[in-house]
Amino acid sequence: MHLTDEEKRMRDGVEGDAVAVAMDLLIRYGDALQAERLVATRNVAGTMTQPSPAKAKLVAEGGWAKAFAVMNLDSDRELEIPSMRVPTCQLQHGFGADAEGLTRYPADSIRLQEDAESYFTERGVRVLGTCTPYQVGNLPVLGEHCAWMESSAVVYANSVLGARTNCEGAASTGAASLTGRIPYWGNHLPANRLATHLVRAETPVEGFREWGLLGYFVGELVQEARPAVVGSLAPASDADLKHFGAATATSGGVELYHLPGVTPEAPTLEAAFGRSRIPEAVTYGSRERRATYETLNAQGESTEVDFVLLGCPHASLAQVQEIAGLLEGRRLADDVQLWIMLPRALAADALRQGWTRTITRAGGRVLTESCPAMSRAAPPGTRVMATDSAKQAHYLPAILGIEAWFGTTWECVDAAVTGRWRGELT
Amino acid sequence: MIELVGRGIVPGRVRAPALVTREPISGFGGIDVATGTVIEPRHELFGQCFTGRVLVFPGAKGSSGWSGFFQSTRLMGTAPAALVFDVITTKAVLGAIVTRVPTVVQAAPAPVDTIRTGDLVEVDGDTGRIVVIRTDGVAVHSGE
Repeated sequence: MHLTDEEKRMRDGVEGDAVAVAMDLLIRYGDALQAERLVATRNVAGTMTQPSPAKAKLVAEGGWAKAFAVMNLDSDRELEIPSMRVPTCQLQHGFGADAEGLTRYPADSIRLQEDAESYFTERGVRVLGTCTPYQVGNLPVLGEHCAWMESSAVVYANSVLGARTNCEGAASTGAASLTGRIPYWGNHLPANRLATHLVRAETPVEGFREWGLLGYFVGELVQEARPAVVGSLAPASDADLKHFGAATATSGGVELYHLPGVTPEAPTLEAAFGRSRIPEAVTYGSRERRATYETLNAQGESTEVDFVLLGCPHASLAQVQEIAGLLEGRRLADDVQLWIMLPRALAADALRQGWTRTITRAGGRVLTESCPAMSRAAPPGTRVMATDSAKQAHYLPAILGIEAWFGTTWECVDAAVTGRWRGELT
Repeated sequence: MIELVGRGIVPGRVRAPALVTREPISGFGGIDVATGTVIEPRHELFGQCFTGRVLVFPGAKGSSGWSGFFQSTRLMGTAPAALVFDVITTKAVLGAIVTRVPTVVQAAPAPVDTIRTGDLVEVDGDTGRIVVIRTDGVAVHSGE
């Protein structure tokens, strides 16, 4: 891999040991990818404050410097960690103090995370505490090279914003934050941003659930590839696009999609495919829609719901407003918990608007920083969950050993109020 | 004896029994790092332990937590002995590097078609060679 003189200096330790170790990792990584070179980035979104048993052990042994060295730089050496070289944000992490007592999530982990926040904010990390940094100020522009992790954020950045990032990990984003470099490979290259598959929706796609179903279908179909989707698509809100992308990244590994006429790199279907031949479309019809719905709902048996989870990826203000409207003047069923997950910055706005009061009066909770999948904890005793997120419906049964129902936001609120799952596909 | 030749991306040589799947693997939500087990309910390897085995799979899927989860198997002592996969993604490649086990990618003939679960294989991450030393696999190879 070609290195610039500045990159060679970083590799050789002129900028300090931690930068040298970071550059060494990027070289091993770039060589393995067969990247020709690195590319400069000033936008890194990673995770370093997220508590885990492995990390707690490392912190006990050598503090946060050791945890960062091992987890974020793949180093066994003791390193002094300098300030981040380029703007870097922390994505979602573990539950914050607002979830204390609501779950068996260990209080030790909350304290550990607060300790981590002190350490990393001192080194310039912006602790946004969300899987949707684009909703709270980290909004990369068209063509901007980024080093992001979090599959739902990556697919949103590439597809909806037209920024360029691969699906990075804790180690590559850690190395990028100290060097301002990431391998110039994959989604960074214009030629790799063209669509590879065409899907035509022949059944109407309108509303949050329908975009989630379509996304789950498309991800399973194309796996790691790049779909363009056309057909009977109603105008999508930012929340719809967020949900669609997250679903494609959950059932498959989609990092970039095109909606011709909607997403910025595909003003037309032809533009989505560049000079390549446009392939024959795969149909998403009523049969495919039903099969996808049944797959997502194959993990529920009991219709007695005790936990409802909304806000995955983290809810937008419009979603919180909608949920508050559905809960206005109502009350959750006994023994049912309702959580709405969102970024702390948006929680401040939801509070100001009065939506949080409406939700808490009904018995629900507005929680920040994380989600049950990330923190691997739901309310104690949860057996059956309902969610409007294809991603949570996919992950939580495996992670927590619970049953899950997937449906509309309305159906989920109904389940919270009645304690019964009555969702259906009409 | 069958030999497969690919590209070594993480150095080292190891001999261990293979665990083979035709389905991509999730890290986050797909494996339990404490036990080295596949936990995705619909996965054909559901409940199977990869610790100390050569994990042969098409590639990574799902969350960007992939690399961190496989790195954690190294830290928890539950890592596979080696990795063999075909589809080059940042998730799988970074995961292999931080798991630090011998890794060969894009070998021919196709590993998921050639190697069977239970076969004793040697993976050389320096030369990119994979040798099937003894076939104990669940299916009989054609053309052997």
